[in-house]
Amino acid sequence: MSIDPLVLLVVAGGGGLGGMARLAVGNLVARYLGAGLPWGTLVVNLSGALLMGLAAGMLGLSGPETGLTWPLLAIGLLGGYTTVSTFSLQTLTLWQQRRKAAALGYVALTLGAGVAALAVGAWLAGGLP
Amino acid sequence: MIVWRAYAAVGVGSALGSTLRYLVSLALAGPAFPWATLAVNALGSWLIVGFAAYAARRTRGRVASWQPFLAGGFCGGFTTFSLFGLETLALMHQGHRAAALGYVVASLLLWLVAAWAGHRTGQWLAAARG
Repeated sequence: MSIDPLVLLVVAGGGGLGGMARLAVGNLVARYLGAGLPWGTLVVNLSGALLMGLAAGMLGLSGPETGLTWPLLAIGLLGGYTTVSTFSLQTLTLWQQRRKAAALGYVALTLGAGVAALAVGAWLAGGLP
Repeated sequence: MIVWRAYAAVGVGSALGSTLRYLVSLALAGPAFPWATLAVNALGSWLIVGFAAYAARRTRGRVASWQPFLAGGFCGGFTTFSLFGLETLALMHQGHRAAALGYVVASLLLWLVAAWAGHRTGQWLAAARG
């Protein structure tokens, strides 16, 4: 395995920016929709999935041969923007609060709408190559 | 100023987490099944819930004060939903429908079992420190 330091730097920069964008969007959404369901993380993950679909449609399905664009946009920025750890924490918390319907709905909405958003993004960009 | 500190902590943590995720993907590269993303998402779920459970018991401890860096930062950047979704879509696109379905089911189960285990681990460690 060969590691290109420039690619590492680009992934780190994209991941840092993506994480800060996740915080900003999460806070903004929570302010408007409240904290009843984890709307912030849902909006972050669905918008990130849509953008990832667009990126994959335009750039093709990854590969180190695509230069720095894929590591920056997909692995760094969008990879760092979206999150599974917070989703898992929130699902467990809803379940522990005995809000089982909300937990199941949150899981179904994230997975179902997430994969659909990706497919729509890829379709908008002309389909997966 | 508190706001900017939170953004800096999350930004640095997420940069580190994303870089580590990329290194794991290089180390586990090769097989058609996305083992690397499965592993980082499960590990990140275990960690974030562990941190949260520990910090909830030890509210003035170091883990609690480093929470933005550890949770929203490192674990947030380490795990990824968009790449998980893309890998699922790619498996479907390549005609591996069973593998795609298996990936989604295995991921969800593993994330939630890891979260539950993280809860137990965090509580146990907090109790062990008295």
